[in-house]
Amino acid sequence: MSAQPHGHAGHHDHGPAGHGHDNHHDDHGHDGAAHGTLKGYVTGFVLAVILTAIPFWLVMGEVFASPRVTAALVMAFAVVQIVVHMIYFLHMNGKSEGGWIMLALIFTLIIVVITIAGSLWVMYHLDTNMMPMAPHDMRNMP
Amino acid sequence: MSAHPIDTIGPDGKPAFYITDGRETVHPGDGTMLGFWIYLMSDCLIFAVLFATYGVVGRNYAAGPSPADLFDLPLVAINTSMLLFSSITYGFAMLEMARNRKAATLFWLGVTGVFGAAFIGLELYEFHHLIHVGAGPQRSAFLSAFFTLVGTHGLHVTFGLVWLVTLMVQVGRGGLTASNRRRLSCLSLFWHFLDVVWIGVFSYVYLMGVLQ
Repeated sequence: MSAQPHGHAGHHDHGPAGHGHDNHHDDHGHDGAAHGTLKGYVTGFVLAVILTAIPFWLVMGEVFASPRVTAALVMAFAVVQIVVHMIYFLHMNGKSEGGWIMLALIFTLIIVVITIAGSLWVMYHLDTNMMPMAPHDMRNMP
Repeated sequence: MSAHPIDTIGPDGKPAFYITDGRETVHPGDGTMLGFWIYLMSDCLIFAVLFATYGVVGRNYAAGPSPADLFDLPLVAINTSMLLFSSITYGFAMLEMARNRKAATLFWLGVTGVFGAAFIGLELYEFHHLIHVGAGPQRSAFLSAFFTLVGTHGLHVTFGLVWLVTLMVQVGRGGLTASNRRRLSCLSLFWHFLDVVWIGVFSYVYLMGVLQ
C-alpha cells in the first residue's frame, strides 16, 4: 500500500532523485559484496550444479551397493551445497548488519537441529518400543 | 535519529555523550534487511518442523505406495535445475540493479519469473499425477507429510512469483528508486532462501526416499 506513494515520490522529483542515485553508486562501491559480483554468482552456480549433479548421479546410477553409504553422501553434499548457496547467493559473512545476521542464523540452526534430530531420535525409540503392527491391522484402523 | 550528539546523564550523575555517527548504530531504515532475515529464519523453523514431521512419518506407508514407487527422479532433476537457473538469473538481475540498468534488471527478473513458473508448473504436474494414481495426501502418513512439506515450499515459490511480478510493475513504473532497490534485495534473500530449502527437499525427501 505504501509502495505507490513511494514510487511516485521517486518519480516526481527527478532532480533530487538523480542526486540520490549518485549516493547510491558510492554506497554500492564500498559494499559491493552485499550484492555479489558476477564472478561470485557464476562460481556459486557452477559449484551448485556440480553438488546437485553428483547426488542425483549417485542415486540414479546406483553407484554404491549400500544405500547407507549413498544416503550419507547425499546428505553430506546437501550440507556443502547449502553452505555454497549461503556464501555465493545469500552473501553471508560474519560482518553483515554488525554480525546480527550470522547470530540469527546460528540461533536458528541450533533450533533446527534440536527440532529435527530430537524428533527423529525420540520418535525412533518410541517406534521401536511400540507393539508390532502388520499392514492388515492398519487397514482396519478407523 | 538526530545527527547531533545527544547529551544525557550517565548512571554516575555525570553527563555522558553518545555519538550517533553510524559506525555502531544502524542508519534509519537500514534495519530492513536484518528484519527480513529474521522473518526468513522464522520461516526456516516452519520448514524444520515440516522436515521433522516428514522424517518421523515418512516411512509409514499404510500399505500404500512408497517413494520408490512414486517419485520420478529425472523430473525432480529438471525441477531442481529450474530453481537453480532462477537463482542465478535473479543474481544477474541484482548485478544489473547495482549497475543502475533498469531494462536489463527487468529482463533478468522476467527470466527468473519464467524459470520459477516452470518449477511450479512441473510441481503441479507431479502433484496432479500423484493424486491421479491414488497417491493423494489422504492415502498415508508419508503422503500427507510429503504434500505438506513440498506443498508449503511450492506455495512459498508461488508467493515469491506474485511478489516478483509486483516488483517488476513497480520498477517499470517508478524505476530503480531506493525503495525498489530495498524491495528487490528482500526478494533476492527470499528467492535464494527458497532454493536453499529445496536442497533439503530434493536430498532428504526425493533422493533418500528413493534409496530405501
